[in-house]
Amino acid sequence: MTKLDAASRHDLTLRVNGRSQTVNVESRTTLADCLRHGLGLTGTHLGCEHGVCGSCTVLVDGVAARSCLMLAAQAQRHHIETVESLAVDGQLNELQQAFRELHGLQCGFCTPGILMTLTELLKTNPDASEDEVRRALSGHLCRCTGYENIVRAAMAALAQGGASHGPR
Amino acid sequence: MKPAPFNLHLPSTLDEALAVLAGSSNARAIAGGQSLMPMLNLRLAGVDDLVDLNGIAQLSGMAQDGDCIVIGAMTRQREIEQSALVARTLPLLSEAVGYIGHNQTRSRGTVGGSLCNLDPSAEIPTVAMAMDGELTIARQGSQRTVPMRDFALGLMSTCLDADELLTSVRLKPWPVKSGHGFVEFGRRHGDYAIVSAAALIELAPDGTVLRCSFTLGGVAHVPCRVPAAEQMLQGRRPEPEAIQKACAQASEIPALTDPAYPEWYRQRLAARLLERAVHLALERATPALTKTAP
Amino acid sequence: MGHAEHGHIGQRVLRAEDERLLKGQGRYVADFEPAGTLHAAFVRSPYAHALIKRIDSSAALAIPGVKAVIDAAHMAGYIDKLRMPLGWPTKDLPPDITPYVLTPSEVCFVGEPIVMVLGTSRYIAEDGAAAVEVDYEPLPVVADVHSALLPDSPKVRLEAPSNVLKEFQVGYGDCEAVFRDAPHVFREKFSQHRGGAHPMEGRGLLAHYEPQHAALMIWASTQMPHELQFTVARALGLQDSMVRVTAPDVGGGFGAKFVIYPEEIAVAAAAFHCKQPVKWVEDRMEHFLSAIQERDQFWEVEIACSAGGQVLGIRGSMLHDQGAYTPQGINCAYNAATAVTGPYSVPAFHMDVKVVQTNKPYVIPVRGAGYPQGTFVMERLLDRAASELGIDRALIRERNLVPKEKMPYTKPLKARSGRHLVLDSGDYLGAQQKVLQAVDYSGFRQRQQAARAQGRYIGMGFAHGVKGTGRGPFESGSVRVSANGRITVATGAMAMGQGLNTAMAQIAAQALAVPVADVHVISGDTAHISMGIGGFASRQTITAGSSVHLAALEVAAKIRRAGAHMLQVPESELHLADGAVVHSADATRRVSYGDIARVLRGIPGYDLPPGVGAGLEAVVHWEPTDMAYVHGFHACEVEVDTVTGGVRLLSYLAMHDSGTLINPMICEGQIHGGIVHGIGNALFEYMRYDDQAQPQSVTLADYLMTTATEVPRLQVMFTQSPAPSNPLGVKGVGEAGTIPVTSAIASAIDDALRDFKVRVTQIPVDPVWLAGQMAAAERAAQGQPGT
Repeated sequence: MTKLDAASRHDLTLRVNGRSQTVNVESRTTLADCLRHGLGLTGTHLGCEHGVCGSCTVLVDGVAARSCLMLAAQAQRHHIETVESLAVDGQLNELQQAFRELHGLQCGFCTPGILMTLTELLKTNPDASEDEVRRALSGHLCRCTGYENIVRAAMAALAQGGASHGPR
Repeated sequence: MKPAPFNLHLPSTLDEALAVLAGSSNARAIAGGQSLMPMLNLRLAGVDDLVDLNGIAQLSGMAQDGDCIVIGAMTRQREIEQSALVARTLPLLSEAVGYIGHNQTRSRGTVGGSLCNLDPSAEIPTVAMAMDGELTIARQGSQRTVPMRDFALGLMSTCLDADELLTSVRLKPWPVKSGHGFVEFGRRHGDYAIVSAAALIELAPDGTVLRCSFTLGGVAHVPCRVPAAEQMLQGRRPEPEAIQKACAQASEIPALTDPAYPEWYRQRLAARLLERAVHLALERATPALTKTAP
Repeated sequence: MGHAEHGHIGQRVLRAEDERLLKGQGRYVADFEPAGTLHAAFVRSPYAHALIKRIDSSAALAIPGVKAVIDAAHMAGYIDKLRMPLGWPTKDLPPDITPYVLTPSEVCFVGEPIVMVLGTSRYIAEDGAAAVEVDYEPLPVVADVHSALLPDSPKVRLEAPSNVLKEFQVGYGDCEAVFRDAPHVFREKFSQHRGGAHPMEGRGLLAHYEPQHAALMIWASTQMPHELQFTVARALGLQDSMVRVTAPDVGGGFGAKFVIYPEEIAVAAAAFHCKQPVKWVEDRMEHFLSAIQERDQFWEVEIACSAGGQVLGIRGSMLHDQGAYTPQGINCAYNAATAVTGPYSVPAFHMDVKVVQTNKPYVIPVRGAGYPQGTFVMERLLDRAASELGIDRALIRERNLVPKEKMPYTKPLKARSGRHLVLDSGDYLGAQQKVLQAVDYSGFRQRQQAARAQGRYIGMGFAHGVKGTGRGPFESGSVRVSANGRITVATGAMAMGQGLNTAMAQIAAQALAVPVADVHVISGDTAHISMGIGGFASRQTITAGSSVHLAALEVAAKIRRAGAHMLQVPESELHLADGAVVHSADATRRVSYGDIARVLRGIPGYDLPPGVGAGLEAVVHWEPTDMAYVHGFHACEVEVDTVTGGVRLLSYLAMHDSGTLINPMICEGQIHGGIVHGIGNALFEYMRYDDQAQPQSVTLADYLMTTATEVPRLQVMFTQSPAPSNPLGVKGVGEAGTIPVTSAIASAIDDALRDFKVRVTQIPVDPVWLAGQMAAAERAAQGQPGT
């Protein structure tokens, strides 16, 4: 059994966006903070740190989850994917392009989390209805867009047959 | 909001986890983290030793065991939601799980975590109460089984000792032709229920109520059955007026009260939502067939 | 307007900022971490009112990684005054009303910052903050405005002579006579609550002292970089030029970042004093406790009308909960009172307003800025009068709206600047008619009855809302052409998600006849433009847009003058196209902007072209003279669950007039966001406090914001009546969507429950209250006594 002492820092190996990375964290370091500061992946944002706003949403083994409610150490068993994994060869993927074309973002703070939720939805439910899209989005707060164009962008991406995904 | 320091233990077996709990004066287990991590982040809960259960494979999974379904405590709510076994044998649970939070919380949240957190309006404890679930609890060197009624002691307070872990819950399916209905009122989709109601009904060949189970969440300190209502419908034809009179019993239950949702409001919802749940269950129930049916 | 060859204005140009943001390459304050950064966490008062008796930081300092524990006594040595300066000082406010950078002795709301802890990580800084021991002597708490006004009420702040911060009246006409003689008078009481701003990115500031320049570099999530620069410089005794404020990507503002906060000064001062980077990123709890809110207004009003529904007068009184301090004046209360008459002609009007202090966080405007509240009063009074007089709600509005033929229509009310409010342009009735036709208002009764037969209660509601936009006194815009021909625009206006940079690029690109992609916009950086006001009150497209437009035209004029000299032809034979000045008869005779810029950069030893001056750039600080009035008319359908009191929106249609639309796609997005914010105010958002002014809703699980499942598709239509008061004819759009929402939804709920004679007079609408109305009606129907 592994024990991570409170008083020390610990080296962990995490698999993030298809690559194994070593990070140095406290036992209490959240996955969100580890991604942002340990790995410089600042695309994942912190809006509440109590699991409601969805800004910190990442994929854990392909499934959307709150990175503010996971400890970095708990992520050792999993493959974590963040918004930085979506673009293909530096180009916006279809989902991201739909957001751009349909004005699905304004300040951009909630956007990465929403993109991860929709990335999972596009894979697991490519025939999702608008109701199902809104239910998937219900775990995300956006103060800017009123969700209207986010939903339109999601429906457009679904109609296109889903998003290509970055390197695993 | 960052948590205060703690030692983090990552056991891979149940025994390892139990040993940490036994050996620490201030230890807690973390399952899905959807309730505990916010409390740690907000520094509302202080813990010296955090025991991560997510690496203990034996605590996950569902299986048929005799006439019951056994669900490991670390089974994700998402697994329940997507399980054909649950949909077929425990449709009340299948329906209720869809009300729990959001996709992004059900992916980590667990059956056991919800049972142990025992929020009075939480869906899984409400279903466990509706179905008279049996909970298996382990400590170092022994285990015990406790019915849900005895597990849920008070407001967010279970019978678990500090060195014990919930390992699984057994639910006995109702007959295939019985009806189920789970209804709740929350302010927004995915919010905690203010009041929820679960109804299970088995009809006799003559169309009377052979057996029924009525449960309310968000009313009493723990999810509670409504025996007065159950007794009033037992053996009776479930006509709308009889249902309304029976469900009205629910508004007599002393209810939680707070500045946002006072007692009278919860009592009003208790009776009316139970009525809705009963009607939903009846729509889905069909009378049991017997050999002597005409 | 500029040449129409590159007609960018009015185009749905995609935003340049999106690619970065979509890739997760946005850079918000939290994302910056220079080497050696210290993180700040604050010890905040757990009491709503108390004296600080003793602070013991020894345990905190003993924690490894805690580098400093700074209280008011320390802070007093770093800055000129411990008390924050009053933002935008105006006369007639008492002295000593602003918060402290760190409070020295008397705390006046839960969450007030007392001690700042610096640590090598935020985790450690919070450990330190938890270990600071503070002894308090609790004082009596004033938890609401009604208690605050009682003769024996304790004081909100011991230093304040009264719990009433200010009383004022607004109005005109002879209300006494009107109400004395009116055929009909109806009275109402309204209770309106708007909660916090809650941008998804909270507040934050990173300050880094650069010793080689003896200068302080600040990255701030702010709506007012120049004001922040000015305030920090003043506090630290520095020249403005020694403080640079850059707003990086800002994750929304909505008013929460339109004031300078104690924490911001504290962090900047600590960085300057410690000579190390210091960073503060608020968490959501801090936003609940110590960011600005709008909170409560209590109105008692009456409307006088003729039998035909003509409004003869409106009068009443309003109590506004200001909180414990006043960092920036009382414009929220003032706006709300003066917004009441809205788009209607009201012959006599009088409102007595009391701005009252309580032991709660301070209030400045959130998106909408008091206009939703004033609008609610008017719209609800009209609905009440319509109901009592048996007049259709649409008809009563028709009878009182200012018609477009009467524009510009001067109201006898004055704005804060002293100028009269003038409705400059718009067809309010036309919008109402179009919308009500689009939602089939005339067929709605039938639909409602059909639903009723199925046991469903649906209702339709609608409302108007107007707001004066384009507040001055100016905004800055500079336009510069580089030697490579690319255009740089700088402005003191702020981007916070509303696509400001794209809109400014479109304006400059049109005036200079270049592709939009050739224009780079820098907003919110004090190093790039010396003066600016910032983003609030739906002002930036008008003010910054006009400045950028005029600056671009000045640059265009220089291009022509220089081009005429370089091509040796008269200016009249030249035009601008595709980044060059071109001879109109012979297109091969042309000079690119870049070449002109190179010439005007100067070559040592060679004279510049005569009469042109050095550099191909211009800066303008356009000053608005009149506000441009935006208008919206919203119609919605709701369904009410009469058991639970739950309200569901079935449809929502809004028609808006925001003048010339620079980018309709962006404008639609602004209306969408405003509507959904308004829905939150109507149905969900409530900052609950107990009778000790302890906040009860301090997480996003308790404080409910609108989510995607709670809104229907939003249909937005625009008409464009260009504003006469600025060169582009634009009007604001950022707040317009919020203004009619609570009114339209309340009206719809009343309509759904008309059989029960329910009248919504409290916002947000509480399902418990609605259920109570239903329960009382059920008891009455059964012949039982009500409770």
